[in-house]
Amino acid sequence: MIGGLFIYNHKGEVLISRVYRDDIGRNAVDAFRVNVIHARQQVRSPVTNIARTSFFHVKRSNIWLAAVTKQNVNAAMVFEFLYKMCDVMAAYFGKISEENIKNNFVLIYELLDEILDFGYPQNSETGALKTFITQQGIKSQHQTKEEQSQITSQVTGQIGWRREGIKYRRNELFLDVLESVNLLMSPQGQVLSAHVSGRVVMKSYLSGMPECKFGMNDKIVIEKQGKGTADETSKRRPSAPAHSGKQSIAIDDCTFHQCVRLSKFDSERSISFIPPDGEFELMRYRTTKDIILPFRVIPLVREVGRTKLEVKVVIKSNFKPSLLAQKIEVRIPTPLNTSGVQVICMKGKAKYKASENAIVWKIKRMAGMKESQISAEIELLPTNDKKKWARPPISMNFEVPFAPSGLKVRYLKVFEPKLNYSDHDVIKWVRYIGRSGIYETRC
Amino acid sequence: MPAVSKGDGMRGLAVFISDIRNCKSKEAEIKRINKELANIRSKFKGDKALDGYSKKKYVCKLLFIFLLGHDIDFGHMEAVNLLSSNRYTEKQIGYLFISVLVNSNSELIRLINNAIKNDLASRNPTFMGLALHCIANVGSREMAEAFAGEIPKILVAGDTMDSVKQSAALCLLRLYRTSPDLVPMGDWTSRVVHLLNDQHLGVVTAATSLITTLAQKNPEEFKTSVSLAVSRLSRIVTSASTDLQDYTYYFVPAPWLSVKLLRLLQCYPPPDPAVRGRLTECLETILNKAQEPPKSKKVQHSNAKNAVLFEAISLIIHHDSEPNLLVRACNQLGQFLQHRETNLRYLALESMCTLASSEFSHEAVKTHIETVINALKTERDVSVRQRAVDLLYAMCDRSNAQQIVAEMLSYLETADYSIREEIVLKVAILAEKYAVDYTWYVDTILNLIRIAGDYVSEEVWYRVIQIVINRDDVQGYAAKTVFEALQAPACHENLVKVGGYILGEFGNLIAGDPRSSPLIQFNLLHSKFHLCSVPTRALLLSTYIKFVNLFPEVKTTIQDVLRSDSQLKNADVELQQRAVEYLRLSTVASTDILATVLEEMPPFPERESSILAKLKKKKGPSTVTDLEEAKRERSADVNGGPEPAPASAASTPSPSADLLGLGAAPPAPAGPPPSSGGLLVDVFSDSPSAVAPLAPGSEDNFARFVCKNNGVLFENQLLQIGLKSEFRQNLGRMFIFYGNKTSTQFLNFTPTLICSDDLQTNLSLQTKPVDPTVDGGAQVQQVVNIECVSDFTEAPVLNIQFRYGGTFQNVSVKLPITLNKFFQPTEMASQDFFQRWKQLSSPQQEVQNIFKAKHPMDTEVTKAKIIGFGSALLEDVDPNPANFVGAGIIHTRTTQIGCLLRLEPNLQAQVRLLEERASYARAVFWLWCGMGPKWGRLRSSERCVPLCNLRCPADT
Repeated sequence: MIGGLFIYNHKGEVLISRVYRDDIGRNAVDAFRVNVIHARQQVRSPVTNIARTSFFHVKRSNIWLAAVTKQNVNAAMVFEFLYKMCDVMAAYFGKISEENIKNNFVLIYELLDEILDFGYPQNSETGALKTFITQQGIKSQHQTKEEQSQITSQVTGQIGWRREGIKYRRNELFLDVLESVNLLMSPQGQVLSAHVSGRVVMKSYLSGMPECKFGMNDKIVIEKQGKGTADETSKRRPSAPAHSGKQSIAIDDCTFHQCVRLSKFDSERSISFIPPDGEFELMRYRTTKDIILPFRVIPLVREVGRTKLEVKVVIKSNFKPSLLAQKIEVRIPTPLNTSGVQVICMKGKAKYKASENAIVWKIKRMAGMKESQISAEIELLPTNDKKKWARPPISMNFEVPFAPSGLKVRYLKVFEPKLNYSDHDVIKWVRYIGRSGIYETRC
Repeated sequence: MPAVSKGDGMRGLAVFISDIRNCKSKEAEIKRINKELANIRSKFKGDKALDGYSKKKYVCKLLFIFLLGHDIDFGHMEAVNLLSSNRYTEKQIGYLFISVLVNSNSELIRLINNAIKNDLASRNPTFMGLALHCIANVGSREMAEAFAGEIPKILVAGDTMDSVKQSAALCLLRLYRTSPDLVPMGDWTSRVVHLLNDQHLGVVTAATSLITTLAQKNPEEFKTSVSLAVSRLSRIVTSASTDLQDYTYYFVPAPWLSVKLLRLLQCYPPPDPAVRGRLTECLETILNKAQEPPKSKKVQHSNAKNAVLFEAISLIIHHDSEPNLLVRACNQLGQFLQHRETNLRYLALESMCTLASSEFSHEAVKTHIETVINALKTERDVSVRQRAVDLLYAMCDRSNAQQIVAEMLSYLETADYSIREEIVLKVAILAEKYAVDYTWYVDTILNLIRIAGDYVSEEVWYRVIQIVINRDDVQGYAAKTVFEALQAPACHENLVKVGGYILGEFGNLIAGDPRSSPLIQFNLLHSKFHLCSVPTRALLLSTYIKFVNLFPEVKTTIQDVLRSDSQLKNADVELQQRAVEYLRLSTVASTDILATVLEEMPPFPERESSILAKLKKKKGPSTVTDLEEAKRERSADVNGGPEPAPASAASTPSPSADLLGLGAAPPAPAGPPPSSGGLLVDVFSDSPSAVAPLAPGSEDNFARFVCKNNGVLFENQLLQIGLKSEFRQNLGRMFIFYGNKTSTQFLNFTPTLICSDDLQTNLSLQTKPVDPTVDGGAQVQQVVNIECVSDFTEAPVLNIQFRYGGTFQNVSVKLPITLNKFFQPTEMASQDFFQRWKQLSSPQQEVQNIFKAKHPMDTEVTKAKIIGFGSALLEDVDPNPANFVGAGIIHTRTTQIGCLLRLEPNLQAQVRLLEERASYARAVFWLWCGMGPKWGRLRSSERCVPLCNLRCPADT
């Protein structure tokens, strides 16, 4: 149970302070500032224990959000709440910045009153909140007196995330599969660790109370269908191999939005739900097997005497030639005693950034099955301490238009028995985006 | 000194610093620094040489980055280059960088030392100053090694500038503090002393600091500084405030120098009369000045004035020789006791504490008792109150003990928790030490337990019981008082313990009163039983069994209680065992046996007060606020007299002081076996007292060595002295082993053998000095070669002085070198013996003594003792077989003395007659002394009749 919640700016000044329980005193505010924000050594752990009080913090640009408690709480729950809180704030007033927080502090206190009660998280669904917490610009466009009176019964009802009587002229939905791929590779090209964490985000503009069913190439489902209803699979089979070589993926773990009926997932492994109106995150998942690594980095570092270092890095794209990767950035760390750098690259632009102690190589676009190379000469200043350079890994950023985990959306069916539109009338959009998470290669 | 002009400022540096200050976040700052570092690296790497200005600028930036907390691993070379520049600003930055950043094991140290050497050799005072500051700032051992020899030369050279001398003195002081062994003492020391006469007051101030530190280590070498310091001080004190110009601080002439001079004088004992007169004059002037109205309202003025005054008072206290000054100082402090300024009150109380221990000013301090008590009650600052408590403790004596104890008790109710335990201990000690009337003592301690029961340590209530048991006159009163105290609905557990014990012993004394009949007493105690902890319950069970003996009428009630399941089947094994054994004892044993087994406790042997030991321990070894300790330290040299005692034993001659020597540890009476008294004693030994008992007096140990050559001579918490000795004819050799029982080093460890003049001519002792430091847990050995020149009487005294954890320790023990060590046995026949015995019949040749034996006589033991004494045991010589007869020769360098002795025990009267005859009466007498204590104390012989008289001849 969260005892209190504080928001600080980068200087450690308190912008928002809300205490939910008596065991959290005023000094807790200062304790966090002194021990975390102004700590001499940068605090890396998101959980800090000071005098039997636990502080859970997340940072959004220059803003610190800290949840405080004296009890032994579920840390994952607290962080989940903090992220949700960020989402809610972003939905209300855009970017979380000091100025925005100062301008909206009344709203934030109002939100804090609503989404946390005596330290227990409550309904934090933006859509639902917007119906009754209205500030300035956010005036619900179609709120009659009648509807206002229904708010209480609706948000406390069984389907608290969606109100009744929504009507759209055009029923439309958007599905985004967003993945980030993480990798640590040895200099010889051996994968030391790799995983993909992905999210399925849905934006729905559907009338009434539609019942949706989401299907993807989950290994368990595919196998079950293969054994069970043979007729259904026989219909689908021909189309499946056309998408990719891989038919199904093994999902290590996943979480769902509260609208998904978990009982159905447990028994049939089918994902059925009544979606909230607007944008929401349908599910989150993680895979570790058979990951498609979009790029391969081949480093070559040679030390020439004490004062010179030669670096050569080759990157190879490893996906279909028809696809284009974007926003590619390779970051090659340089030793701390670098006194000068010369870079030559065939493609893109490369620059030595002294402030970050790294050579940054940027390529705008790159097609699949290509390779590119950079070579650099680094001059070093002899120093008097014998510490050897630790050689931090070379890291990479990119964006590719496919899901590195291999996930495919098979279907999303919409049923609304009360209104007269069918699954075929709904316009559906699916998009895959694969981004780099921590994508590193040792050198 | 050239100042940094505006135009010389470094723009790049200013821009960089303002950039850093404008950074919004830590990340931004790190980025900016990384960028700057890369820039500096590329600049330093660059092929073309940098000019002095940019070098200085970049080194400055590096320094700034370092001070922000980032690691700097380059730029040292550039900084060293700056040292050889001829510009002041560049040199200064170079030195700054080096004193901040260069670590001692760097390879550059040689280059740096070289640069410093050049600067020291230059005649430019500014550069010399920079170099000296750098040495002092780094202050490492390496620096000391390189320059410790050089700096004294600069310091005493005639042509050195004043400012350089000043720096050199302080630099040398710094090096001396870090590595005293590397600073060579030499002829420069005498010339340094003369710096006290220097024209320039700055030089004098710096030199005084240096001399004070040096004088603390080598007082002899700097003895001459005393008279110089006194004359300098008197010149300052008597000067008009305008004379010293720059060195007058808010109308006070050279306060810092005065304070330092006064400190220096505190390193030495009072000087010889001529100088002393002048010093006394100075001190009087300082005291007079304190009386004058302030010349300025500014706080700095009074601060400076008071600083000098307090230092003067410390000097007066240190000398402790001028009653007049001491009393004046005391009066002055008395004024401060009521000052507005809290700090002044604190300092006044603190100084008074030491004044109270001086015999001259003790009375004067006592006049301020009301003010101090008032301070205790009204003072807002807890540290001041603490001082007030200390002072009250120090000023307490027989005349005001009752008042002070009462005040402390009343204060205790509201005292801060942090000082409560200490106050409790102090009250307990004072109450005991100055108790005239023991009923008052009992009242006080019971009050103490009532008010602050939680802070009353075990030792305190042990003491009450020990005193009550040892004093017949208070037992009844104590029983009555505790009985009344126990009637309070809620009493502290400590009170229950005291009550249980005292009622168990002396409950019968109040049983006559129907209001405190045995049953009522029992019920009262038992009503507290269930609220108490296990040790207390165990004690109460012992009380119950004592009740069974005292009051047979409650026997059945008590047996019922003991029989109940909560006792017999108690989960605690100790309680269960007691219940079972007591129950059995009460049913099985007859009244007589019960009476014997459960007899009243025997009196406790007297030892050092455990409470005092506890207080000392609490204060820590370094604080010498304690009255006794301060006194003892001063009288340490006198301690080598005829009555050597271990330094930690209190030696106040007043009768009540004996009480202080009472049992530090639970006594172990040789009484009847396990039950009764023994068990009650067990209650004590359940929780052993915090401090190990002191070794028994060295006199006891000394006696043991009369017949023994090896063993432990002395032992206390710190030190153990062991002996191993061998004697042949008139020669002997003794190995003395000093064992450090602590884990800390003993410093300045110096054992000295002290012989009186008389003894020196008769006994020659040769020894080598031992190593002055004894490591924790280590043992050092010292060999003493002994030759007996002529017969002697006294024993030499071994005096050991050492420093342990800051306090000065002094131990004196008698070395067991007695005449009988040179005693060699001779065999002779009966006839021969009596013939000689008869020849030695003149009164000078005979000593006869009758004494009562302490222990039952055992023939074998007595025989062994006579042999151990050195003489031969002659069997079948005396016609009476019960008598013991011995003969031997004492070897000295000059002569040999024959000796005969007889011991005639009278078993019935346990009286023995010991007779000795020797050719020298003196020898006989001291032989006797050596032997005497072995058997018992000398008693007057009125009750004893000599049983038989024998004669004996001399041998040579």
